[in-house]
Amino acid sequence: MASAPAAIELRGITKRFPGVVANDRVDFAAAAGEVHALLGENGAGKSTLSHIMSGLYRPDEGEIRLHGKPVSFNSPRDAIDAGIFMVHQHFRLVERFTVAENLILGDRRGAGRRFRLRPGAVTDQVRRLGERYRLPVDPRARVWQLSVGERQRVEILKALYEEAQVLILDEPTAVLTPDEAATLFETVREIAADGRTVVFISHKMHEVKAVSDRVTVLRAGRVVATAETAEATPQSLARLMVGRELQTVQRRRAGAADAEPVLVVEGLSAPSHRARTTLKDVDLTVRAGEIVAVAGVAGNGQRELAEAIAGLRPRSSGSVQVAGRPLRNGDPRSAYRAGLGYVPEDRLGTGVAPNLPLSMNIELKSYRDGSLGPFLRLGRMRERAERAIETYAIKARGPEAEADTLSGGNIQKVVLAREFAGNLKALIAASPTRGLDVSAVETVHRHLCDAADRGVAVLLISEDLDEILALADRILVMYEGRLTPVENRDDVGEIAELMAGGDPATAAPA
Amino acid sequence: MNNALLVVLIASGVAYGTPLLYGALGELLAERSGVLNLGVEGMMLVGAVMAFWTVQKVTGSSALALVLGVLVAAFSGAVMAAIHAFLVVTLRASQIVSGLALTIFAGAVGLSSYLGSDLNLADKPAAHTFHAIFPASMQGWPIVGPIVFGQNPLVYASWVCVIAVGYYLARTRPGLSVRAVGESPGAADAMGIDVVKYRYVHTIVGGAFAGVAGSTFTLALTPQWVNGITGGAGWIAIALVIFAFWRAELCLVGAYFFGALQALAPELQARNISLGPTELWTNSTPYVATVVVLVLVSWRGAARRLGAPASLGVPYVREEG
Repeated sequence: MASAPAAIELRGITKRFPGVVANDRVDFAAAAGEVHALLGENGAGKSTLSHIMSGLYRPDEGEIRLHGKPVSFNSPRDAIDAGIFMVHQHFRLVERFTVAENLILGDRRGAGRRFRLRPGAVTDQVRRLGERYRLPVDPRARVWQLSVGERQRVEILKALYEEAQVLILDEPTAVLTPDEAATLFETVREIAADGRTVVFISHKMHEVKAVSDRVTVLRAGRVVATAETAEATPQSLARLMVGRELQTVQRRRAGAADAEPVLVVEGLSAPSHRARTTLKDVDLTVRAGEIVAVAGVAGNGQRELAEAIAGLRPRSSGSVQVAGRPLRNGDPRSAYRAGLGYVPEDRLGTGVAPNLPLSMNIELKSYRDGSLGPFLRLGRMRERAERAIETYAIKARGPEAEADTLSGGNIQKVVLAREFAGNLKALIAASPTRGLDVSAVETVHRHLCDAADRGVAVLLISEDLDEILALADRILVMYEGRLTPVENRDDVGEIAELMAGGDPATAAPA
Repeated sequence: MNNALLVVLIASGVAYGTPLLYGALGELLAERSGVLNLGVEGMMLVGAVMAFWTVQKVTGSSALALVLGVLVAAFSGAVMAAIHAFLVVTLRASQIVSGLALTIFAGAVGLSSYLGSDLNLADKPAAHTFHAIFPASMQGWPIVGPIVFGQNPLVYASWVCVIAVGYYLARTRPGLSVRAVGESPGAADAMGIDVVKYRYVHTIVGGAFAGVAGSTFTLALTPQWVNGITGGAGWIAIALVIFAFWRAELCLVGAYFFGALQALAPELQARNISLGPTELWTNSTPYVATVVVLVLVSWRGAARRLGAPASLGVPYVREEG
């Protein structure tokens, strides 16, 4: 591997943004046929580096070499023409177009080059590529009809269609189910087996272990290590990435079974979000000091459950009580008044008002308490925000920083600060750590456990089984809008069975 | 037979609908690239006055004068659209504010009016006008005579434009790129399509269409210059694009329908048929329909379902992070 010049090599790449050095003299090299993981926390400079490789940014210093030859990109198109294709976390697809049309878009050498449009000309090619790399997708399907996993396949197909030699995948598993992720890993291996290079960006150690040959760890814009993946352990990688030992939160409590029921849901049904699953007759009780987790594959009604309890989605039948107070249907304020906190899955869209300053976001629910009639008490809001920034270690310019200038982890801290303020009795946390890096995950987990220890009834809705196993006292599985309790909290097999829609009682051998 | 009410209505619907059609086609091109152009009415008026001025000035053959008139109208519309494009694409100003500002600036109390009086154009018949070009015998053929062969060249040119625009958007590579730019400029940019260039070109060409739309008033329909001669046709053209679900061929259907409505009242009057205050409802229908459709599409999500380009009205900023 070392003898031939690397397929892609970065030498001394430095990129500065106002106030930060995003990449500081980064050296990086990946060989043909290699899956090279780029590991680092959010903000470590992975994205900047990948944007430099894919032509979106120009480095302030340093050079990029492809097979030993220095290159320079003025646009993403230059990089594509040189054989580098990046699959962004937010897909760059035209949703109303068909898969074939998306491939033709910008095509400069294939069958779609002609003035006259003939999407039919590429469908065979799409099918062939799909079969070869396990990326089955109907070339005539419109992108908006596809699942997130399928859309990702389209992006990868686009790269293969453009004959990319270097494929950069930016956090590709963030949007996938575990099964889809496993299939993606096979595809990635397949692509590398052709002699192409895959740069796999991630902040998850087990993925890096599963898929890569070598790994380069970035921290605070610098390369801290490059290693053979086989020789690294998740612990050693985590230490390199974070720069200290991590305490993974492990929590088990017994004896909550006789505590006061706080969040009581009975016979709850609710209509669906778009074409997703309706909620069917859900019963649920969370006691004080308990963390109850709802597991399940995304789209089985978890979002509907959270929203119906929080009052954001009108329920068609059933009741919700918090500490004995029934919540009015479709009235989030009554939920808040009763002491229900809600950490929504859509952090930026629902969790905060992106354009409002942090101070206002923290007061979004409580501004009526003690406001002067119609006037807001800005001074007090500022003070509270300053206190929250300190308590929750929120990294922000200050109380005036708009919420959308914060990183995902810090936005989540803002949401927690708001929800934990006041008289919290029950909390719904929907995918509270999705997309967060390990340190942020640790923080969020600690806050959830602290809340439970203070006697808050916590309903954790998550697709991350590791998270559920680490935190939950009891587990329920959501499948097609129904909730089934898991008999044995530690029986991963039973949970998986329920998540796939099976009935462990009948599936178990008699 | 050619005097039958329906035939007459369709024939005049085609004639009256032609400016709407040109305006709508232009708006369609701009909107498909993601630029909402509310300046159509103003561009039409400037096109109308400049076309009229040109045919008054040009000496020589009638054909030459008319072609020059249309070209000057197209050019004037294009210049105004270029201002719009600069404001909304380069400076990322609000498309609504910029478009409205252009219409007010050029409207019946603005530039077009000033040009009309300054160039001393009012109350004179046009020196040259478009006429039907087919022989009278063909115009006498049943049904198709008045509808197809009784029209002026601007009408036939608009048919070519409908086919060209429709084909361009649906079946060509640049057309695919325009649609991508209007739907998802980020995706287009990532694939190396110049979003800014596409938006400029289509906004400007769209403005040229609006200018031509204006010229159909002063060179064919009502061959004279009257202040505010377009009478809100630009607004109807914008609504038409929505009615037509952003498709060229449906723009034609809608334009002729509204055109026929305009012809209905005088025609009924001429035949001594009374349907109550006919003029009131026929003349107001296009405007009422426009108001209704604009209200409908401003409902969240509705426009999207009807086929509006997803990034219509949204300035593009390349993501930097």
